[in-house]
Amino acid sequence: MIDFVVHDEGDSVGVVVVEGVKAGDQISGWIMDQDKEINFTAASDIPIGHKLAIKPLKEGDTVIKYGVDIGRVVADIGKGEHAHVQNIKTKRW
Amino acid sequence: MSLDLSSTTFLGYRRENGRVGVRNHVIILPVDDLANAACEAVANNIKGTMALPHPYGRLQFGADLDLHFRTLIGTGANPNVAAVVVIGIENGWTKRVVDGIAATGKPVTGFGIEQHGDHETIMEASRVTKEYVQRASELRREEASLDELWVSTKCGESDTTSGCGSNPTVGNAFDKMYPHGTTLLFGETSEITGGEHLVAERCRNDEVRERFMFMFNRYQDMINRYKTSDLSESQPTKGNIEGGLTTIEEKALGNIQKIGKKCMVDGVLDKAEEPTGPGLWFMDSSSAAAEMVTLAAAAGFVVHFFPTGQGNIIGNPIIPVIKICANPRTLRTMSEHIDVDVSGLLRKEMTPDEAGDALLDSMFRTVNGRLTSAEAMGHREFVLTRLYESA
Repeated sequence: MIDFVVHDEGDSVGVVVVEGVKAGDQISGWIMDQDKEINFTAASDIPIGHKLAIKPLKEGDTVIKYGVDIGRVVADIGKGEHAHVQNIKTKRW
Repeated sequence: MSLDLSSTTFLGYRRENGRVGVRNHVIILPVDDLANAACEAVANNIKGTMALPHPYGRLQFGADLDLHFRTLIGTGANPNVAAVVVIGIENGWTKRVVDGIAATGKPVTGFGIEQHGDHETIMEASRVTKEYVQRASELRREEASLDELWVSTKCGESDTTSGCGSNPTVGNAFDKMYPHGTTLLFGETSEITGGEHLVAERCRNDEVRERFMFMFNRYQDMINRYKTSDLSESQPTKGNIEGGLTTIEEKALGNIQKIGKKCMVDGVLDKAEEPTGPGLWFMDSSSAAAEMVTLAAAAGFVVHFFPTGQGNIIGNPIIPVIKICANPRTLRTMSEHIDVDVSGLLRKEMTPDEAGDALLDSMFRTVNGRLTSAEAMGHREFVLTRLYESA
């Protein structure tokens, strides 16, 4: 059962691909580019399609997805926590 | 199943100028907003025809007017269209659209409303339209090869599943068609923001790269001139954010999965501009779904790949729009809008090659005549891009 996917093992975030992930759930992820599995505990309720941090991120850090910069952290994000507009902003515009 | 594209053909309508269409529409095309009512009346009188109403065409000028004419002429010239009746409020601009379409050699007649009124115009236009639709109904599909097919792509209401599911599926199909001489198109200039270096790396040569960066920077300048925020909720859209996409950079990196891993970007087009050869083309274009698909159709593309995450339901009046989706919630709640389900990619139950083949299989059925979900449900969004205010 794949609960979330990660594009590249260097990424900071993964994407939940099932409905109903709750804080405290044991979840398993598939790192697509390297075809590896990772497991840990969700630290937030996370809707399908939304991201979770797969490593702790500090304010000012760059968020990496697809191995590329997708924005900056504006509030600290713990491992397994919901990573979205409340804690990540664009570096453009 | 693995498709052998080297021997795969399709059945299309070969037009007077040699281009091959996959639909056989007779359209009633308004030059301006004032002619919509007459066009709709003619389409109501003559069965099997279609009016393409739109809100523009008056007092436009300069590059915006050029784009208006290019889009209308391109729509009429598209090989999915067998014949066209053009109606405008006056004769001059009507003739300009008629002459542009007539260059393809297909049947086209124009009517100006002034000095006649709607009633007489509708009567005369209905007579011609009836001849056109009866003539079109006798045309037959003929065998055509992949190098005669023009395929465009643009995604919409994307979410994070688009970047790991439906968009790479389009990329896989593009990579497979590219060596066979298919003419391919992508665009969405603002939606490359954050991945522009990756598209630039894929450009065929420095000339193409410079042209791409010119178009990219031109769009960035426009956004910077008018923006009042970081564009969150516009780009990415509110729906994108609901679907989990956070920044334009993240959306862009998902977006460009659609151009695959192998195709090169062979050329760059302005909005609604027709490509001059096979290969993968970038068109400077809006990222709004109906605007971009309308521009792709006006550039001569005959079938469109539309990956979606949250469920954009767009169609187009003249080109079939094939929807691809990997989000299991969208497939559960909106399945009637989706043509190709690739959610198995996210469960490791489907490989990228299998997903690409599923899309190509759907494409061949569609170009051979099967209606897409959007066609069956009457989605005919025809949206002209405006560059600035009217005079």
